[in-house]
Amino acid sequence: MKKLKYFNMSVLIFIDHSEGHVKKASLEALSYGARVASQLGVPAEGILLGTISGNVADLGKYGVKKIHHAAQESLNHLDAQVYARIIADAATATGATVLLFSNNLSGKAVAPRVSARLKAGLVSGAVALPDTSNGFVVKKNVFSGKAFANIALTSLVKVIALNPNSYAIQEGSGTAEVAPLNVTADAPKVKVVSATQASGQVPLTEAEIVVSGGRGLKGPENWGIVEDLARALGAATACSRPVADAHWRPHNEHVGQTGIAIAPNLYIAIGISGAIQHLAGVNRSKVIVVINKDPEAPFFKAADYGIVGDAFEVVPKMTEAVKKLKG
Amino acid sequence: MKILVCVSKTPDTTAKIAFTQNNTKFATDGVQWIINPYDEWYALVRAIELKEKDPSTVLHLVTVGAADTEPIIRKALALGGDEAIRINADSHDSYYIASQIAAVAKQGGYDLIFTGKETIDYNGSSIGGMVAELLDLPYISLAVKFDLNGTTATVIREIEGGEETDEVNLPVVVSCQKGVAEQRIPNMKGIMGARTKPLKVVEPVAAEPLTSVVSFELPPAKAGVKLVPADNPAELIRLLHEEAKVF
Repeated sequence: MKKLKYFNMSVLIFIDHSEGHVKKASLEALSYGARVASQLGVPAEGILLGTISGNVADLGKYGVKKIHHAAQESLNHLDAQVYARIIADAATATGATVLLFSNNLSGKAVAPRVSARLKAGLVSGAVALPDTSNGFVVKKNVFSGKAFANIALTSLVKVIALNPNSYAIQEGSGTAEVAPLNVTADAPKVKVVSATQASGQVPLTEAEIVVSGGRGLKGPENWGIVEDLARALGAATACSRPVADAHWRPHNEHVGQTGIAIAPNLYIAIGISGAIQHLAGVNRSKVIVVINKDPEAPFFKAADYGIVGDAFEVVPKMTEAVKKLKG
Repeated sequence: MKILVCVSKTPDTTAKIAFTQNNTKFATDGVQWIINPYDEWYALVRAIELKEKDPSTVLHLVTVGAADTEPIIRKALALGGDEAIRINADSHDSYYIASQIAAVAKQGGYDLIFTGKETIDYNGSSIGGMVAELLDLPYISLAVKFDLNGTTATVIREIEGGEETDEVNLPVVVSCQKGVAEQRIPNMKGIMGARTKPLKVVEPVAAEPLTSVVSFELPPAKAGVKLVPADNPAELIRLLHEEAKVF
């Protein structure tokens, strides 16, 4: 099949931000979108709703040529319904044929709406660049991390939601043209009463390193060794399902099939046996380290490195070694 | 009050994931099918709790699938709900499924539409948002707590790095996750009662799937674990730093 050529078309990337900062997951989406655009021979453009503290044009260094910017402070809060209409309208106006989101929690709220609004096929949880050699095929995560599916997008306009930590940020030196986007936003139907942000903490889905504890730690009072190691590594903390169920840790730390699925560069599992449901949420981690006193723990089969030993002795020594290394 | 809960059939969480027909089809041999846990444990149970509080509530379940999804629907009805609607179609893709559910929802005039946060097989997390857009309704994703006061819902939902408390007037679409309710086990009365609850079969509306599965693949097998002696954790850290280069 001959390579498709797009004229006057573009890749439009949604730029997600909070508290004035563009999210890391969005920098990944920008980098991925720029690559898709060059693959298709079309320009990459961004869409930013609300205000950020940095210079918007600087986002050009991630490969976008132009950023459509609706600089209204009233848009700083993400309302999925309001956002979806603005993004869909902008996509139609600019002739975007591929729309890109991060598959973070913001993307999960907005991308399906945009997809339905534009009648554009959606691949949520993309983990690789599209294969455009024969149609437009995107690899995504399925069966909770136990397999991948290659999905053909057959609609004219396509929506991709990229899994966090699946595509490395590519930083160059370009500057983007900032085009003001004049929008009349609808009044949100959802009223936000309050919001709590766990400030200073790395969100689990964005964390490059995650240190996780299981029942082997015996009780919530023993989490100090997990937190110390996480702090030394600049990591986020997580836990297994039984730990969250026993309320030793908050449920938003629960990783696994029915919790959060993560794909960090390094996942350190302490005192977690590695049930199949837990593995489903973490097996996309690039490197898995297992610390467990039971040599028969199934997790060792899925691990890259491991220590068979008592976590209470091993983990503090790991923390010491990290501190020494980092000086 | 009319509530619609969307339920989906998925392989059991411990099912072996394998593919047939040149990796184009999921191998269903020996697979146990369950109600998608997010749909059952959180969306359905919360809806049942709302009905228990206000018995005048009408609670319907909806699924998209062939006749072989009926045992799953009966299981869901054993937990609670007044009737189920099966849209007689293969679940082609999320847009197709959402279009079917939106058509049923529109006709039924529901005040509240619940979904699970995602299915554990396709992991799309997209049906709720699509249904909401097709019906021009607000959508609250990833609820961890849901309360109703008259026609106003108060929902706590997970956002990036935190939680948000929202208020919204019905009708609304909400995707549910852990925290919204606790898993229940159906009792004998429920199981017996489910046999006679109405299970309506409706034919699909015209909708075009926008995506299709070309093939599946399994992740590459791990090379095997490299074990470090328990008395030398510093060596593990050295390997992670110098060999794996992960920090």
